[in-house]
Amino acid sequence: MGRKSFALPYIIWMVGFTVIPLAMIVFYGLTDRTGAFTLSNVAQIMTAEHAQALWLSVGLSVVSTLICLLLAYPLAMILKGISHSQNSLVVFIFILPMWMNSLLRTMAWQTILSNQGVLNAVLGFFGLPAVRIINTAGAIVFGMVYDFLPFMVLPIYNVLIKIGQDKVDAARDLGANGMQTFFRVIFPMSMPGVVSGITMVFVPSMTTFVISNLLGGGKVLLIGNVIEQAFTSGSNWRLGSGLSLVLMVFIFISMAVLAKYDPEGSNVI
Amino acid sequence: MKNAMKKIYLILMLFYLYAPILVLIVLSFNEARSRVVWGGFSLKWYADLFSNETVMSALRTTLIIAFVSAFVATVLGTLACLGINRMKKAPRTVVMGMNNIPMMNADIVTGISLMLCFMAFGVTLSMQTVLLAHITFNVPYVILSVMPKLKQMEGSTYEAALDLGASPVYAFFKVVMPDLMPGILSGFLMAFTMSLDDFVITHFTTGAGVNTLSTLVYSEVRRGIKPTLYALSTLMFVSVLVLLILINVRPQKKRDVIE
Repeated sequence: MGRKSFALPYIIWMVGFTVIPLAMIVFYGLTDRTGAFTLSNVAQIMTAEHAQALWLSVGLSVVSTLICLLLAYPLAMILKGISHSQNSLVVFIFILPMWMNSLLRTMAWQTILSNQGVLNAVLGFFGLPAVRIINTAGAIVFGMVYDFLPFMVLPIYNVLIKIGQDKVDAARDLGANGMQTFFRVIFPMSMPGVVSGITMVFVPSMTTFVISNLLGGGKVLLIGNVIEQAFTSGSNWRLGSGLSLVLMVFIFISMAVLAKYDPEGSNVI
Repeated sequence: MKNAMKKIYLILMLFYLYAPILVLIVLSFNEARSRVVWGGFSLKWYADLFSNETVMSALRTTLIIAFVSAFVATVLGTLACLGINRMKKAPRTVVMGMNNIPMMNADIVTGISLMLCFMAFGVTLSMQTVLLAHITFNVPYVILSVMPKLKQMEGSTYEAALDLGASPVYAFFKVVMPDLMPGILSGFLMAFTMSLDDFVITHFTTGAGVNTLSTLVYSEVRRGIKPTLYALSTLMFVSVLVLLILINVRPQKKRDVIE
């Protein structure tokens, strides 16, 4: 059924709207005003301000990816347990919030976490000391974990439901206890999902400028903020493109790791 | 004991996911404009919603872009799946790898790459450029939803239809399409949702004066968001919630739709 040529319109589309646009970033990132080759745009990452933003981005996204993994794995295990056939329930839970605008949801965390916010009101009610988290790196990590947690849960869940009960039973029959079954059988088999999840959380966390803007109060500058400003307020496309190339190195490493574990991206959604 | 702990964990996580939504729903009924002071119950933001031309026009733009981009992506993606399915391993890996780029790539990189491309070729940024950008990041979701259904299908039913005298087009619509339908529908829904919720790529590819709900929210952040936007979001959220519950209450048959 069908012919190879059916894929042609999409292949042309991808070349026009994915490959050529990415080539444009490479072009702008590696040339100066006259169009001559230069590395000076990329080298801008070495300046103190930019380097600090880059390492802060890497640090915060590593932390939020780890927290996502720790929260998501048990959640995926529980969901697997309750919904053998009700696959849709899981998608339902995680896709539904997206119908409430993501910027508004992030804004809502501002309301919850702010110094006079809901969280401190609750803490005050129980006589606990107030926390000052808004406009700090902690609030940004909080927002990252919130926004990207579904992208960790879904791939892990999708892999877990494919692991047959027979494999678990076999491990138990051979004398493995619960812990051994988990660490020697279930966890290794779920690695493709874990890797997909890590990529799907790390890349957007590392490159966000929205979360840092809304929850960092403009006081915390991530590499995404620097690039966004280069394009919008600064109109310095070449600088923005050069810094994006640095960012793309991180993205390509993530994609290469993912391609090794899950060549067709089949666990992602 | 173990089951109780599982339940508590699940409830805590659901609370975490839905707490901001609850806050927004409560704020949409707040008489005061403030986000921290409760000024009493009021429906005035809902009344304001339907007379507010800025919000209504952003809603129209958002829905048109979401619908058209999801539709075009579904057609492009489904056709591409049929083609890719016929390919040998090497070209297939290349195409699927390319397909993953918009999905795995950072939104900011996708956004600025498209913006640079449009500018370089002299295309004025407008609603059309947003539409092109949304189709680009929507197709991968369609392909990832349709591909598994296509792999599960038995090629023999299609061949049987041909042997019995059906034309390829007729056989496709009568035999292949029904099997793919759950994948196509879930791909469409996924694409629609992604388009609806996108901010970053729209931010870079939209022209002056063209606002979707996301860009409207972003531009209002500094001035203080009018609760009208909370009211609109609440309505959208509740209508989808009701719709999904209705679909899910009808057991078994419809279940695959949002898988």
